[in-house]
Amino acid sequence: MSDDHVYLTLAEGHEDDTRWAYGTGFEDPLHGVHTTVPDDVDAAELAALCVALGDDALVSAQRLGEWVTRAPELEEEVALANIGLDLLGQARLLYSRAGQTDGTGRDEDAYAYFRDAAGFRNVRLAELPNGDFAFTIVRLLVLSSWRLAHFERLASHPDPVLSAIAAKGAKELRYHRQYAAEWAVRLGDGTDESHRRMRRAQEQVAPYLGELFTAFDVRQEVVADLKQVTDAAGLPMPVYRPLPGCGREGEHTEHLAPLLAELQGIARAHPEATW
Amino acid sequence: MVTTLLDARRARHIAAQVPDPELPMLTLADLGVLRDVETTEDGTVVASLTPTYSGCPAMAEMRADVAARLRAAGYPRVEIRTVLDPPWSSDWITPAGRAKLAEHGIAPPGPAPRGGPVALVLSPTRHAVACPRCGSADTEETSRFAATSCKALWRCRACAEPFEYVKEI
Repeated sequence: MSDDHVYLTLAEGHEDDTRWAYGTGFEDPLHGVHTTVPDDVDAAELAALCVALGDDALVSAQRLGEWVTRAPELEEEVALANIGLDLLGQARLLYSRAGQTDGTGRDEDAYAYFRDAAGFRNVRLAELPNGDFAFTIVRLLVLSSWRLAHFERLASHPDPVLSAIAAKGAKELRYHRQYAAEWAVRLGDGTDESHRRMRRAQEQVAPYLGELFTAFDVRQEVVADLKQVTDAAGLPMPVYRPLPGCGREGEHTEHLAPLLAELQGIARAHPEATW
Repeated sequence: MVTTLLDARRARHIAAQVPDPELPMLTLADLGVLRDVETTEDGTVVASLTPTYSGCPAMAEMRADVAARLRAAGYPRVEIRTVLDPPWSSDWITPAGRAKLAEHGIAPPGPAPRGGPVALVLSPTRHAVACPRCGSADTEETSRFAATSCKALWRCRACAEPFEYVKEI
């Protein structure tokens, strides 16, 4: 076995279906899972929910991955990349479930690589550029607390596949929320400069908080988390500032299209290629 | 019937011996990801696996390894199923698996939190993790995320060695 190139080494001596964590054309992550939609579940609504939650996760994972080689310390780079990997895994499961239930039979790659910005249903907060570390932490805190509250409720969804994805994801999201909360306290209660940056980040997320609480109301749980963190960090509670548009309806900021261009470029240039 | 039972037991034994691609000192059975192995009436071996984390990049490798080992052991028809419910818990790592982790310098996990919503806790929670090298309890976490999804990085203040720790989940 050659170890000149890590990807070659991983690919060497394997059948096509045994590649690791890179490329396209993976085996379905729901392989062998019972896929029937229960009678009391509206399949189209279920698919739309899976796409929205999958898009939040994929776009967040892409932003978190951008920190690799740029994070303040190696430990934070590893943490942000790990959080992104969990979210990418959740996105794969959710897209696969969407493809089984929206009548198209699409695979996860079709959702990730072959939809344009207007087809994405993620909340706009997820697509904003990373900014500084303070912004990344404030956003991660809000999004992980919100997603966790969602997933804890969805764990009792009547669709057994979505409920299993949510129950599993909730365990991971607790670690994400904990990481962001501890950094928020450290930075808010840190130096004058770190406090100032946290305040600025809170201002920057303010216009994007409203759309988190439109359809599936978990405001109470999120407010409880944010209150606990801001009290310990010596920060004010974030304010909501209304902004027209809604990512859940495909109305995005100018930042999503360039993110997707980077994410989708190779898959679209070589649609038949696997790597 | 007796043959089928023996066959199922042998198939289970073979699948249980497959090493985990990321923690190769553990078998898939030690790690608790091999949920079930059964044989159907037509002789198909059905092995059920569960991922540790949603983003576990080794799932495809595990599926392929289990299928290849079973085929090599004389079972031409093998089906691998993914089981998501209930989600994997670090509590499922067997006592033998925990002993092997410690032997290889990786601290095994404590008990995982029970089901249902878990509130955010900001006060420092000191749980004692013994250093797998020198046994000292004078240890500290350096990063909650490490080389694989399931591990955190810790450091021993007594012997000054860093070590990995399998997180409770």
